[in-house]
Amino acid sequence: MYSALWRRLPGAWPVKLLLCLVMLAAAVTLLFTVVFPWAEPRLPFTDVTVEDSGA
Amino acid sequence: MNGVRATIRGTGELLITLGLIVLLFCVYQLVWTNVSANAIEADARTQLEEQWTRPQVEASPAPSGGAPELPTAAVKPGDSFAIMYIPSLGKNWAKAVVEGVALSDLRGTIGHYPASQDPGEIGNFAVAGHRATNGEPFRNIPAVKIGDKVYVETEETWYVYTVRSTEIVRPTKVSVILPVPNKPGAKPTEALITLTTCNPRWASYERWITYGALTETRPKAEGPPPELLAQKG
Repeated sequence: MYSALWRRLPGAWPVKLLLCLVMLAAAVTLLFTVVFPWAEPRLPFTDVTVEDSGA
Repeated sequence: MNGVRATIRGTGELLITLGLIVLLFCVYQLVWTNVSANAIEADARTQLEEQWTRPQVEASPAPSGGAPELPTAAVKPGDSFAIMYIPSLGKNWAKAVVEGVALSDLRGTIGHYPASQDPGEIGNFAVAGHRATNGEPFRNIPAVKIGDKVYVETEETWYVYTVRSTEIVRPTKVSVILPVPNKPGAKPTEALITLTTCNPRWASYERWITYGALTETRPKAEGPPPELLAQKG
């Protein structure tokens, strides 16, 4: 999976490394700003109120 | 043979990646939400303090002629309107109180149940806050014992509440935030406070409730309550 990605990236190895780091940063940003905030309320740590529906 | 090896290798890489994502989620939950919550809270508190000390002249240039509104009637959901101090949670424990208890309201600090009363008002000033993650303001809530003080600072007044009891209840027990807690329909005669958070700390099948009653009201002009200053040290 990752070796195939490496082979497909253009340029010499420093360019490939830079591209990899950029993609990694993009993936982490996506996780922290979209995926994790979406997943968070589905876990029990954030239920602190009393409510009728009884979450 | 090469196909089999490639498949095994691909599966391995995928599993390692998923493992790393889960680890990263732990970092997000245990570290990042606290970092961002503390920043939101500090911002809200600074803003509030600035707003309170700003000269009143520019605040109301042209009264619209309508009926005078109650102070918190003007507070929009998500806005902070008070600062709470609980020395038994930490010498310098101070949190802005925002209007609303939605997840987005509690992302940075503690929130006021909109249906409950305002600070100092006859009835119940009910507040919710996280006990784990998102700044975890009520992390050590069991340390708040009977007789401990909860200070609420608003624009004009200091309200001092004294904790009278604590209780662990089911999450559906909404009666804890009634004007007279757990007595539906009863006519309130006292100004009370109720704090709600989760119990146990990392789970959600119970709520830790702390009840208190107003024992002192102090105009801001007289300065902060001396006991609070002494605690802060």
